[in-house]
Amino acid sequence: MSVQAPNAERQIWILTQMLRIREFENRVKRSFTDHPGVIRGHTHLADGAEASIVGSLAHFKTGDAALATYRCHGYPLALGTDPKSIMAEIYGRADGICKGLGGSMHITDVKRGFLGTSGIVGAGIPHAAGAAWAAQNRKKGEVVLSFFGDGASKQGAFHETLNIASLWKLPVIFVMENNGYNVVTTTAQEDANAAAGRPLSVKADAYEMPGVTVDGTDPLAVFKTVGEAIERAREGKGPTLVESKVYRLSAHGNIIAPPGVPLHYPEHEAIAVFGKREEYEAALRGDPVPRFRGALVQNGTLTSAQADEIAQKVADEMQAAVTFALKSPFPKNESALDFNFA
Amino acid sequence: MANLPFIAAIDEGIHQEMARDSSVLYFGQNLATTENHEFVKRYGASRVRVTPISETAEIGIAIGAAIGGLRPVVELYMAEFMLVAMDQVVNEGAKFRYMSGGQVKVPLVLKAGFGFTAGWAGQHTGTLTALFMGWPGLKVVVPSTAADAKGLMATAIRDDNPVVFLHHYMLTLEHGEVPDGEHLVPFGKAEIRRAGKDVTLVATGWMVNRALAAANTLAGEGIDVEVIDPRTVAPLDLDTIMKSVDKTRRVVLVDQAPRHASVSAIIAGDIAEHRFNSLKAPIIQVTGSDTTIPYSEPLEAFCIPDEARIAAAVRKVVK
Repeated sequence: MSVQAPNAERQIWILTQMLRIREFENRVKRSFTDHPGVIRGHTHLADGAEASIVGSLAHFKTGDAALATYRCHGYPLALGTDPKSIMAEIYGRADGICKGLGGSMHITDVKRGFLGTSGIVGAGIPHAAGAAWAAQNRKKGEVVLSFFGDGASKQGAFHETLNIASLWKLPVIFVMENNGYNVVTTTAQEDANAAAGRPLSVKADAYEMPGVTVDGTDPLAVFKTVGEAIERAREGKGPTLVESKVYRLSAHGNIIAPPGVPLHYPEHEAIAVFGKREEYEAALRGDPVPRFRGALVQNGTLTSAQADEIAQKVADEMQAAVTFALKSPFPKNESALDFNFA
Repeated sequence: MANLPFIAAIDEGIHQEMARDSSVLYFGQNLATTENHEFVKRYGASRVRVTPISETAEIGIAIGAAIGGLRPVVELYMAEFMLVAMDQVVNEGAKFRYMSGGQVKVPLVLKAGFGFTAGWAGQHTGTLTALFMGWPGLKVVVPSTAADAKGLMATAIRDDNPVVFLHHYMLTLEHGEVPDGEHLVPFGKAEIRRAGKDVTLVATGWMVNRALAAANTLAGEGIDVEVIDPRTVAPLDLDTIMKSVDKTRRVVLVDQAPRHASVSAIIAGDIAEHRFNSLKAPIIQVTGSDTTIPYSEPLEAFCIPDEARIAAAVRKVVK
């Protein structure tokens, strides 16, 4: 199996999607200070995971599907969902992609193959396997990508599902974004493999499937690794576990507080809890978004001016999303009773 | 019509739907372990599969398959086995349509037996009906006859929502007349098992049999009991119950579950709220004791409603 590196145009597409996700998440974060009270509950940002998300989804074809955890804004952005409809959802507005019924943790865009998001850690992993069973029965070579975090790999749902997916050779790719922390617990504190100094992808051995660890901050490395796993799945050879190592650049989520307390993003746990400022600053120095931009400019794939132009377009797009979402009305009260049943 | 045991009638319902709709799946533990399994032979291994003992994955996979366009039926055997996967039952499958703003449908059936008060002791005898009925997005079916077992299973498979199909284990070998060919029983439509004018008696599952036996005894005493079997508790046909209450103005509710975990408590609340002024006597609930079910036979019998207790309650409300 070999996956060809994406061509120049596709690489620029990857950079553009990474910039879009980063800018979108920045605008979600800024909303807490620019527009206090507009976002309720809990939001979780994907800044730091852009290369992993886009490198994986760059292989997505019509008929494929993806499911993710509550850290879910990035995937539909890369799949083509209008950021206006995602921001409006996060603001609880009528124009939200889920009509204001789901919010930040449950973004869904079925038309684009993003089938749903569970807010319960690990719970979406079997959903992906089920969607893969449906794909297997359709016999069109379609695949399902299941995105979850390192924490989810300690859930029974993970182990039960990997076992069955392997037995049934389901066309599903398990992309574990290992961002080093389960909320404020480090991976080594809660994972026996990590504590033993081994990669989390070794869990795949227990379920007779390939397990690969990849640098999730390098979109081209992710593109290759996930691409090979997808190829394998399309050929009917079954699932792969990909451990994609990323660094979550924001805290786990905005602060958890009752109404009346302004919500905001606290400092990252590495600093706030563990006092490891150097670890965090090293992660910032390795920030995948400027790094990939720099690489593409350096190797002449695009000029600095072109990159600036893309960044400006992205900034305008996300400003428009914020403006749109702020203007979108709240849903009608009665709509709270819609959609419990089909 | 064929005279079939309850358990065979359920299978007929599954066959009926698997034969007409290739999107219906059937899977679970210890199911279809050989190619000679009747369902495998007829529908193939892509639709009928054995699973490991992994309820969370089984139900979670059903949810994903349903979102992906299939109609899974999960064989869970015992309602208690759903407890190890409760998140998937009540917090995932039941909510995905809502949280997505109506973008997805989750048509699946979770088939499980319950109430096996035949010496199965503390962990395999529960009447968990009420545990599932309060969840928006989830439908809950409790057949009491073989005909309904077939027709409600078929309807459950055609329904576009997650359905918990609870069949009472004590009814497993009860025979009944089952319609041949396509048979569907609507959800949310209670059946009046015995018409009567003096007292409204509501019961589900195995308790319907005991309620009917009590009603027959009471008929000999000149007390005319109406026995209503809701058949589905979500949706719950309160209209039929209220109409009966308007007629009899006396109510006894029977439930095998412990009182504070019973469907009867919920029905009693609705009747009390909407018919308080027309009742001639307080509502009586005949429920299981607030206890774990004991193993020892006489103790087990002591803890669940029987014909005598049901009859005594009816005599009390007509006094």
